[in-house]
Amino acid sequence: MAKPRIAIFDLACCEGCQLQIVNMEDELVQLLTLVNPVEWREAMSDQSSNYDIAIIEGSVTRSADEMRVRDIRIRAKYVIALGACAMQGGVNKLKNNFSLQEVKKEVYGYAADQAQFDTFRTKALAEVIKVDFEVPGCPIEASELAHVIKCLLTGRRPKLAEHPVCVECKMKGNCCRYEYDEVCLGPITRAGCDARCPSNGFWCFGCRGILPDANMDAAREAAALHGKSFAVLQSKLELFGSE
Amino acid sequence: MSKTVDIHVHHVTRVEGHGNIRVRATDGVIEKLEWQVPEAPRFFEAMVRGRKYEDIQTVVSRICGICSVTHSLAAIKAIENAMDIPISTQTDRLRILTHYGEQLESHILHVGYLVTPDLLGQKSVVPLVGSHPDVVNVVIDLHRLGNLMMEKLAGRKTHPVRLVPGGFAMLPTAHDLRQLKGELVAAVPKLEALAEVVANLAGGVPHFSRETEFVALVNAPTYPFYHGDVGTTDSDEIVSVLDFENVVNEYVVAHSTAKWSKWHRDSYMVGALARFNLNADYLAPLAKKTASALGLEQGCCNPYMNSVAQVVESVQVVERSIELIDEILTAGIEYQRPEAIIQAGCGAAAVEAPRGILFHRYEFDENGICVRANISIPTNQNHANIQKDFEEMVPQIIDQDQDHIRQQMEMLVRAYDPCISCSTHYLDVEFV
Repeated sequence: MAKPRIAIFDLACCEGCQLQIVNMEDELVQLLTLVNPVEWREAMSDQSSNYDIAIIEGSVTRSADEMRVRDIRIRAKYVIALGACAMQGGVNKLKNNFSLQEVKKEVYGYAADQAQFDTFRTKALAEVIKVDFEVPGCPIEASELAHVIKCLLTGRRPKLAEHPVCVECKMKGNCCRYEYDEVCLGPITRAGCDARCPSNGFWCFGCRGILPDANMDAAREAAALHGKSFAVLQSKLELFGSE
Repeated sequence: MSKTVDIHVHHVTRVEGHGNIRVRATDGVIEKLEWQVPEAPRFFEAMVRGRKYEDIQTVVSRICGICSVTHSLAAIKAIENAMDIPISTQTDRLRILTHYGEQLESHILHVGYLVTPDLLGQKSVVPLVGSHPDVVNVVIDLHRLGNLMMEKLAGRKTHPVRLVPGGFAMLPTAHDLRQLKGELVAAVPKLEALAEVVANLAGGVPHFSRETEFVALVNAPTYPFYHGDVGTTDSDEIVSVLDFENVVNEYVVAHSTAKWSKWHRDSYMVGALARFNLNADYLAPLAKKTASALGLEQGCCNPYMNSVAQVVESVQVVERSIELIDEILTAGIEYQRPEAIIQAGCGAAAVEAPRGILFHRYEFDENGICVRANISIPTNQNHANIQKDFEEMVPQIIDQDQDHIRQQMEMLVRAYDPCISCSTHYLDVEFV
């Protein structure tokens, strides 16, 4: 593909994943010699309706946004879901634990029914349109996005890690978080972050999403061995949109 | 022939989040003039209910990617306030240092990547890589340093890992701190170079002033970002952060998913210019010198100068970070495991985000489960002030070319460094 046109869009999110693109700094400057950015509202005033690759950050929470992503899908050859909010709904899915009327009332009081607060149950991008590639994490690891783009440029298919965070954590020689009397989602969460949180003294909260073939029995066993209930594990799983 | 101005900026660019500008005027008579915030609401205060206290900062950090350290710290301080969790001097110093990293990163991002292109007549920083490589390199270096501080101290550039109630999940090593100090010392001449660039471009800053109220943390004799109570330029009164609802007085307006605020008058402004106007006396020496070199004076009511105040504050946080690292290293880093005894309670806290004062309040039951939350975001405290600025500025320039009007308005919004995804979630509605 010759200098593909790239557009970056955002839905309901914190824009922290786009910030990781900015944070690539001079690597970004190099990347810009290989691709042609045509729309990126957070960083540029240019706009375009003609692009090859659409990178979408955020979850779909409104009908207007649902229409917008359907339109983007028609225009783009490839759609990349950027980060946890787009990939599995992220923290935005916590809203789905409550009735929509109740969350609107809690936040906006008796103005809750005004049109601008229109919202529906949080959906991941793939619940609305076909997604070609995913970059997991909250926020993403910029190196993984760079990998996906490099693969697209060279006609290869990018592949995500298919082993759990536990593997990377053990390789780094960290002491298991369960030994600290904590609940950790490392046994079932997709690796690729180099066990960032456990390596910084904190439990894994599953921001990269649960593995498709996660060994739930092992996770249950690890929790039980340390006197933790499966319900606590499930409550942590909800934090970033996994079920 | 009648002259019609019809501006509809859908999703202002180079800002965090989604905002629209709407102007309609015929023959200089303004029929519609609106700052609209159509950002998708995310309902954080409702979502955190039922969550354990130890997960709160992880969730609310995700309110904003650009001020995630500030959101985490505000949540943690409020949790510590609710449960009476004590904090060591070491934790306090390390948190302030981490927070300085975010101020530097965010200010440089805003001034360097988002505002400078306006002053150089470009649509983004991309063409500047070719035309002004020296400027871009300085911006990249300083931005990277802010990120490095957060990475070394909090475990990640965005969405901190190590900041937890009671202290730090993991501490930096003395080696990390000495490395940071070296980088900070090396950053001083780069900041001076950036200040010089900004001074040369200052002619491009629009001349517009509107007297308004400025609100920020005050904690004499310091220039505070993390400690203090709420001060205003409209009176000598200082309000405890525990009573922040009496400051923000939130209300709902049509066309906006963010709530608006007002205190002593129709609107107030928060952010770097507000902090400068309230606390400039306590700036460190080089920051003070930078302010005068850039022509920034206390009492400045030109909102476009907020970006200039951010340059001054970038110098301030670098100067103070160097001192703070010396203090931490002199005291020696001691291993401390964060401890919390869970108890029911309600607590509140305020921290200065790069774009203005941020308030968090939480209530917990006896199991440490959050039952209620209230968050007041700086950008939404600024929304009313942006609208009032529009109402004063647009009639002054309505005879000019439509593109020029649009550009001045977009630049005004950008000057506030808005963080709109932050600003679309609240509680405790007060209707006016």
